Amino acid sequence: MNGVHDMGGMEGFGPINAEPESEEPVFHTAWEGRVYGMNRALGALGRWNIDKGRYARERQRPVEYLRHSYYENWLVGIETLLLEAGLVTQQELETGVPEGLIPEELKPRVLTAEAGSRVPNRLGEVVLPDDAPAKFAPGNRVLAKNRHPSTHTREPRYLRGHVGTVHEHYGSQLFPDMSSQGIDKGGHLYCVRFEATELWGKSAATRSAIYADLWEDYLEPVE
Amino acid sequence: MADEHEHGHSHGHDEDFTEPPADIELRVKALESLLVEKGLANRAAIDAVIDTYETKVGPRNGAAVVARAWTEPEFRKWLLEDSTAAIASMGYVGTQGEQMRVLENTVDTHNLVVCTLCSCYPWPVLGLPPVWYKSAPYRSRAVSDPRGVLDEFGTQVPETTEVRVWDSTSEMRYLVLPQRPDGTEGWNAEELAQLVSRNSMIGVEVARAPGTAASAG
Repeated sequence: MNGVHDMGGMEGFGPINAEPESEEPVFHTAWEGRVYGMNRALGALGRWNIDKGRYARERQRPVEYLRHSYYENWLVGIETLLLEAGLVTQQELETGVPEGLIPEELKPRVLTAEAGSRVPNRLGEVVLPDDAPAKFAPGNRVLAKNRHPSTHTREPRYLRGHVGTVHEHYGSQLFPDMSSQGIDKGGHLYCVRFEATELWGKSAATRSAIYADLWEDYLEPVE
Repeated sequence: MADEHEHGHSHGHDEDFTEPPADIELRVKALESLLVEKGLANRAAIDAVIDTYETKVGPRNGAAVVARAWTEPEFRKWLLEDSTAAIASMGYVGTQGEQMRVLENTVDTHNLVVCTLCSCYPWPVLGLPPVWYKSAPYRSRAVSDPRGVLDEFGTQVPETTEVRVWDSTSEMRYLVLPQRPDGTEGWNAEELAQLVSRNSMIGVEVARAPGTAASAG
């Protein structure tokens, strides 16, 4: 979807003003850590994947997405996912009073303290084979399709309609446009190089190029 | 009782439109209580997740990888040829780092990493991303004005050096291998790691020069 989360090339957000590296805590307030921890704990239930999580945050009204701090956007995402998965009701969210316990089959999946202290590995979820042979190889010229899906995609707007060169074929990964809609399918993934002048014209930075990871469905060959 | 003073940190924006409302803390508490009462989550697990990313997983991991690459030519070669395996051999594995590519900075090439669509970042080697990395100003301009962004971090890259910006749009994760600072001949990996800032591994800065204060990672 053409949401405000797709920020590449936008202007007017002001200076970066980074906090000094030595002074920045991992979490700035206790509640940020709780949101991060809840997100991980709920992810362990296996009722959604990372693409559904991203899509839940992106679907907010643009003004809300921008007004919220980062972890507030995560909180909104968690609430949306819980509601859509049927794990909590709107009334429960509003009153804080539980109306029932979780389904029996989910109980073994609830994150334990022991599991929470380990770093999980999603390799099996992320790397999914694509049965079809790869269409492109390093050195091939490709066009990023001018497509505007109304649902989740990882093809940024600033690349659409532009020509680049395949830098590397990364094998295949779960295709976000479909996995965000509940269909798990692998797709060939390529790292594509775009010259800055191709994307930004005369205002492009001197000697500069952009590399982005694009699935095969985002690309078409250039003769 | 969150008031503005408890939020003491600065998000750094002139117009601070990201400051959360004061009731956010209560809303988070209410949600956690609901999840715990329903049996969807337990507090000890959430505590453990927080502790892991506050104390165990962070940019010191990436600094160890970089310092080893600076001191062991065979490891450097492996790191550039098979980043995922070389990093995993040091024990840095898992979510948001299952597949890795290391980008080597040289006299000819300077690499910079961003995620324009959200906040993708190599957690096993760098920990969780800083606020600025996830902010609209960085995400919007890193791809269209990388030299301007570098300038904001006090980093001057010669015009003869190509700036490559890597937009993390998939589950592949990127780590920059900064150039080894001059004047560090004979230093061991442990000493060198002190010069490897988090920001140099994102690519917005270069590694610290010898004699400059190393900030706590």
